[in-house]
Amino acid sequence: MKARTRFHIAVFLAPAVLVYTAVMIVPLFDTLRLSFYRGGPEGAEFAGIANFRTLFGDPRWSASFWNALGNNFWFFLIHMAVQNPVGIALAAILSHPRLRFAALYRSAIFIPTILSFVIVGFAWKLILSPIWGIAPGILDAVGLKAFFAPWLGKEHYALTTLALVSVWQFVGIPMMLIYAALLSIPEEVLEAGEIDGLTGWAAFRKIKLPLILPSIGIISILTFVGNFNAFDLIYTAQGALAGPNFSTDILGTFLYRTFFGFQLQLGDPYMGSAIASAMFFIILAGVCLYLFGIQTRMRRYQF
Amino acid sequence: MNKARHNPLNSGLAHLALLTYTAIALFPVAVILINSFKTRKAIFGAPLALPDAQSFSLIGYQTVMKQGDFFLYFQNSMIVTVVSLGLILLFGAMAAFALSEYRFRGNTLMGLYLALGIMIPIRIGTVAILQMMVATGLVNTLAALILVYTAQGLPLAVFILSEFMRQVSDDLKNAGRIDGMSEYAIFFRLVLPLVRPAMATVAVFNMIPIWNDLWFPLILAPSEATKTLTLGSQVFIGQFVTDWNAVLSALSLAILPVLVLYVIFSRQLIRGITSGAVK
Repeated sequence: MKARTRFHIAVFLAPAVLVYTAVMIVPLFDTLRLSFYRGGPEGAEFAGIANFRTLFGDPRWSASFWNALGNNFWFFLIHMAVQNPVGIALAAILSHPRLRFAALYRSAIFIPTILSFVIVGFAWKLILSPIWGIAPGILDAVGLKAFFAPWLGKEHYALTTLALVSVWQFVGIPMMLIYAALLSIPEEVLEAGEIDGLTGWAAFRKIKLPLILPSIGIISILTFVGNFNAFDLIYTAQGALAGPNFSTDILGTFLYRTFFGFQLQLGDPYMGSAIASAMFFIILAGVCLYLFGIQTRMRRYQF
Repeated sequence: MNKARHNPLNSGLAHLALLTYTAIALFPVAVILINSFKTRKAIFGAPLALPDAQSFSLIGYQTVMKQGDFFLYFQNSMIVTVVSLGLILLFGAMAAFALSEYRFRGNTLMGLYLALGIMIPIRIGTVAILQMMVATGLVNTLAALILVYTAQGLPLAVFILSEFMRQVSDDLKNAGRIDGMSEYAIFFRLVLPLVRPAMATVAVFNMIPIWNDLWFPLILAPSEATKTLTLGSQVFIGQFVTDWNAVLSALSLAILPVLVLYVIFSRQLIRGITSGAVK
């Protein structure tokens, strides 16, 4: 009798658990497993850690891997250094209690975030293109024409330029989350600070900032995970080769090239799995660092 | 009341800062849309001018309509997005109901298991996903994309929806039970209508990433018949790099549906984000 009355729990859980397990969890572990195999004459054969030895030991592979990883860290750093401060600043201005048109600004600034990477990548490629001349024209108008360079074509600037494009696209997310956190700060707390003489910048730094720190933590880890499996923007703007001369190559594009092949190199699912596994452990390390190292130490205030 | 924090100078500076950033955010979109309606000569001659009687031209749109099957791509994107969202909401709500309503052994563990996918991106498993789709013959079908997006959306959906379902009153459900309603009827007729706002939030959160994804359409369904709008415009623009009219028009056509969806759902989306659903 008891088993019969509880049968519906299984029915409610089954579809979600089945799809999630079959399409997400099993392939995830299967990919980790495949990274220990290599293609043989009769399909996959066990290869131990040979793929990882190639990835880290073979000079050509390891050069590509460290290049992609280093670029990925730079990509992430630009996001942390530009996207989050700008997002916080916008949110702080927007949360001004009697600001007019706040909803309008909020919706407009969020628009780039809803566009696909394809649109963003091509639109900026056109705008920054020296052929069309919009970017040099604008710089000319403010007297900075000398600063113009075909940024996306220069090894030295391309990655930073793309990171900034990505910042432009995603600044809406930290803005919204911080905005929500700022709105949840009770008015009494701010008024108490005011009585003690804390206004403006001091109020922000001493009262609001500590209170929104947990949100900043969440945004940082979301940015980290998003950046370390990024692919689309680089692919649409620079192609799978992540040019010029691999200077914009990040782990996502490196994985794509390895897995699918490009030009004369054939695709290799096993090396692809090895790179995916490396990405998995990097993301896992970041998430664990956040969950156990940062989140548990952060002070939360309840009102 | 709280005068110390308000003065006209500050508010003027606030508007200046926000207007500047709004201009930065909208400028590229505006430039693309404006120039897609101009002749080639005007695109290069005066890229920032609005189209006038002399420079107005639809040549780009004509090329796009002739060359690319944008209606098919649009239809594919629509099918994939709508069906995935439907499955995420149905399966997610069912699992969330089981987790929040019943006490059973392994409840917490099951919740944690389903939450794993919030932080680990599904793309990591791409190699094995492709092998599985090849083995089951689902490569180059929309079903492959739908399955992947459903799996990708479920963890967050279950998490958000179970938070909301805990708030549904027990008295209501027990009243239903006394009236002889089955557990299924309680779920579909009592609980689901009550969590509709949360369902809308989940739908809006998932809609944009699914519609905009390039990675999985590129890998799992690149055939002509199954291209999504995102992949279709990527390929099309790649082929027409030198035909600026066509490229700008294709970009505009890709921007338009998202913009329309955003205008319809932006209040829902912003309310969803700011209600703290992502914490």
